[in-house]
Amino acid sequence: MGLLDAGITKHNVLVTSVDNVLNWARLSSLWPMGFGLACCAIEMMATNASNYDLERFGIFPRSSPRQSDLMIVAGTVTMKMAERVVRLYEQMPEPRYVLSMGSCSNCGGPYWEHGYHVLKGVDRVIPVDVYVPGCPPRPESLIGGLMKVQELIRMEQIGLSRADALKKLAEKSVDPQFVIESERTAASA
Amino acid sequence: MEEGKVLSQSIQESAAAYAIIHDKFGEAVSAFDANETMPFFEVLNLSAWPEIALFMRDNPKLQFNYMACLSGVDYQAEDKVGIVCNIESLGQLNHKIAVKVKCPRQDGSIPSVAGIWHTANWHEREAYDMYGMSFTAHPDMRRILCPDDWEGFPLLKDYKVQESYHGIKVPY
Repeated sequence: MGLLDAGITKHNVLVTSVDNVLNWARLSSLWPMGFGLACCAIEMMATNASNYDLERFGIFPRSSPRQSDLMIVAGTVTMKMAERVVRLYEQMPEPRYVLSMGSCSNCGGPYWEHGYHVLKGVDRVIPVDVYVPGCPPRPESLIGGLMKVQELIRMEQIGLSRADALKKLAEKSVDPQFVIESERTAASA
Repeated sequence: MEEGKVLSQSIQESAAAYAIIHDKFGEAVSAFDANETMPFFEVLNLSAWPEIALFMRDNPKLQFNYMACLSGVDYQAEDKVGIVCNIESLGQLNHKIAVKVKCPRQDGSIPSVAGIWHTANWHEREAYDMYGMSFTAHPDMRRILCPDDWEGFPLLKDYKVQESYHGIKVPY
């Protein structure tokens, strides 16, 4: 549940926990690093642009890793690029999040067997929080992944490790099949 | 060349260009292959290749002023690697021909033509990067796509990818 859903009482006084306020502030202004590696980047740019308008989520690409808190690994990570990706990741201030976008950066994609030059999954060099499948993923999928990152931030607490937050997120996950089915019945009715 | 076969206009032009080259260099070049999609000849005397290339570019009846492509090939059965150069006379005589040059698979080298067609500079580096033949007298002979410390040459038919690169596992 979002912070504003809690409702504001009289005299504009809102009582909540520090965790809630911090998380709300952080998840409402996720700044991804503006870098793309292959065709997924085109889809990422399309998501940033007016049709899908990521700015309505407060997501706005930054030109420097030092100003970003989210890295969208959008595209094929070559062995040559892998070290640069690590370097960029290390320049990002904590807390930082990594979203692996598309089959290539998830697991090597179509290059898994004969792509001698491709890193078989960016999680071999940096820790990944959210994987978005697709080749390339549609903007809706990327937005879904970004909202997963927001959910992850919502699970965080001061003193709680990232691993525990991810575990909490997995426990709270909803089976999408149920949602899809109910949407379908509603549509046909 | 098959007897009695009617050659298309462009193949005839290529054959005419080849005849001029053959008259000048004789045994250094192979017979003409009237391949419909890519008429070619092979350079048999490796060291004559830059001289042939310069002749092809500067002879007024040839004027091959444009190198369209230079590709590498692995002839594993012959234990050779080689290059295929697609050369054209662009805007001048409008004919084209391909030239094949082969060298031994192990530590082989081919004379560079980067000074004759500048296109060859990066293309030869790419052929070296993928197949491992070196180009003598190339102005900047190093890898172009793979990292400088990469092991092996990826497009050789018996290539096996290295286990790790800078501590990162490479195979799936």
